[in-house]
Amino acid sequence: ILHYPDKWYFSFCSHFCCSLIIFQNITGHEYPEFVKIVEVGPRDGLQNEKEIVPTGVKIQLIDMLSGTGLSVIEATSFVSSKWVPQMADHTDVLRGIQRAPHVRYPVLTPNLQGFQDAVAAGATEVAVFGSASETFSKKNINCSIDESMLRFEEVINTAKERQIPVRGYVSCALGCPHEGDIKPSTVAKVAKRLYEMGCYEISLADTIGVGTPGSMLKMLQGVKKEVPINALAVHCHDTYGQALPNILTALQMGVCVVDSAVAGLGGCPYAQGSSGNVSTEDVLYMLHGMGIETGVNLPKVIEAGYFICNALCRNTNSKVAQAKSRTL
Amino acid sequence: MAAVMRLVNRSTLSSVMGQHYAAFSSSAKLTAAGVNAGHTLPDKVKIVEVGPRDGLQNEKTIVPTEAKINLIDMLSESGLPVIEATSFVSPKWVPQMADQVEVMKGISRKPGVSYPVLTPNLKGFQAAVKAGAAEVAIFGAASELFSKKNINCSVDESLQRFDEVMKAAKEAGVPVRGYVSCVVGCPYEGKVAPEKVAHVAKRLYSMGCYEISLGDTIGVGTPGSITAMLEAVSKEVPVSALAVHCHDTYGQALANILVALQMGISVIDSSVAGLGGCPYAQGASGNVATEDVVYMLHGLGIQTGVDLSKLMDAGAFICRTLNRKTSSKVAQATCKL
Repeated sequence: ILHYPDKWYFSFCSHFCCSLIIFQNITGHEYPEFVKIVEVGPRDGLQNEKEIVPTGVKIQLIDMLSGTGLSVIEATSFVSSKWVPQMADHTDVLRGIQRAPHVRYPVLTPNLQGFQDAVAAGATEVAVFGSASETFSKKNINCSIDESMLRFEEVINTAKERQIPVRGYVSCALGCPHEGDIKPSTVAKVAKRLYEMGCYEISLADTIGVGTPGSMLKMLQGVKKEVPINALAVHCHDTYGQALPNILTALQMGVCVVDSAVAGLGGCPYAQGSSGNVSTEDVLYMLHGMGIETGVNLPKVIEAGYFICNALCRNTNSKVAQAKSRTL
Repeated sequence: MAAVMRLVNRSTLSSVMGQHYAAFSSSAKLTAAGVNAGHTLPDKVKIVEVGPRDGLQNEKTIVPTEAKINLIDMLSESGLPVIEATSFVSPKWVPQMADQVEVMKGISRKPGVSYPVLTPNLKGFQAAVKAGAAEVAIFGAASELFSKKNINCSVDESLQRFDEVMKAAKEAGVPVRGYVSCVVGCPYEGKVAPEKVAHVAKRLYSMGCYEISLGDTIGVGTPGSITAMLEAVSKEVPVSALAVHCHDTYGQALANILVALQMGISVIDSSVAGLGGCPYAQGASGNVATEDVVYMLHGLGIQTGVDLSKLMDAGAFICRTLNRKTSSKVAQATCKL
């Protein structure tokens, strides 16, 4: 059984991993000295907003984010526009953005067709989405977990040939809207599969935000038996207000990659009107307050957040942005 | 607004999501295992509910006495062990608490539940005891400027005032809780030195306060600054006598509470529905929502004695009365199922 990706692929991908994590100690807890933020606002965020944002605005948002110091910005999704109309302009967005050096712009590719379209549009990194819940997999992408893995294998193998790194997501890592509790061993199994197929990093997503530090701990304990901790990321939703303590728990366990969305864009499709993604601004505030470096300029992210919220005619979900805009 | 806050079917959470909600929010097997290897979390946490006082005091709308009494009675039914009922400050300064005597006399006191009230000075203490108070609280600050602007005297002068209250309370056999505000940051002074907080906390504890609640008044704390502050304070005051009062103005409250628990703190202040804004960042949130705290604690397998569903009922009630949305994310998520 292959425990690690092919050697050449691994060395290619090691640039993208926190292959060496340096820890600092804050009162008996060890934390990474550096955390990589994966900004998912333009994709996961906008995909879950009611308003469809014009292409020009999307491009401007991504360009603003590119100037903040973020090193990874998930730009769009090559899913059929029949299912995700908000991402129908994927090719125009990818072609329209000004790619900053040292910034990567992964895109979602659910299948080979999507992958090929993405590459034709200039994508240099892609992501695939697995699920830890059978029911969620069936309802979300109309196939079982095993079937989805076969689809992703095609994508990953083709990506390997083209030297395009692939990031893997595991959704419902802390709970499923249909099945309820999800066993850590199930999450570990799916994460392992994606990792062994060749994903350089696995993002574990609390899709409905029900996780707490208790369940986050147990889930990560299970997954890190199968996937090296430096290849793991957490993608926490703030639907129950638990995202920051969950992220803190992940950091305490050695995770050093955190997904978040500017202004907390993107609601929760399973709890209408509730919040979804954790706000990048709030994550940065916490990390910087702990002396953890991110390379990201918080005021510039706040600015990008105000821009997109204006365009969406909505208030920001970021508490930091709210407080900063009103401080006497 | 009333329609938004009506919690349809929430009492039984009859949807599949709802049935699993109970499973999500309790992880009974985790008990004292600790979030991190080698760090034991408390088995039980005492929640000090400050909604009726700190919450309502910082809301723009003044709530009728009847509604306050109803809120406190609903909170009593939810299992909360401590409910800060009102404040014996002059109504000239805090009009929201002008009905302090009627509230104290009107509530149905549940056996085993404490109803502390704020008493800034001897006069307030005497009025509180006359109205039936069996526990009081006093408020110091770790910042000189904040003390001067908030209660018009220096930190030392305020501690002298409290001396009088302490003496009278001892004689009357009334326990006193001490608060320290601005424990990580001050809206006027900026950063606050942990040693200063430790000094004020120690003074209050030595004077006779049974518990010291450390307040991040403007919510600027993060797990970094909260840890440093607690390290300094716990050198001077036993951890078992410490509580944290975190504001969620910058979204950091739950993360800060988690590190406090990891450091051995087992008393948490919070406010139902996250009542009470931040007077220093207009429109921003203040108190952390009790519902969200309880959700996290139960998810960690920590006992609180609180029935989350009944707590949410109380939150829904007061939000309807105030004609505002809840600040609790748990309440928002749950009522939309």
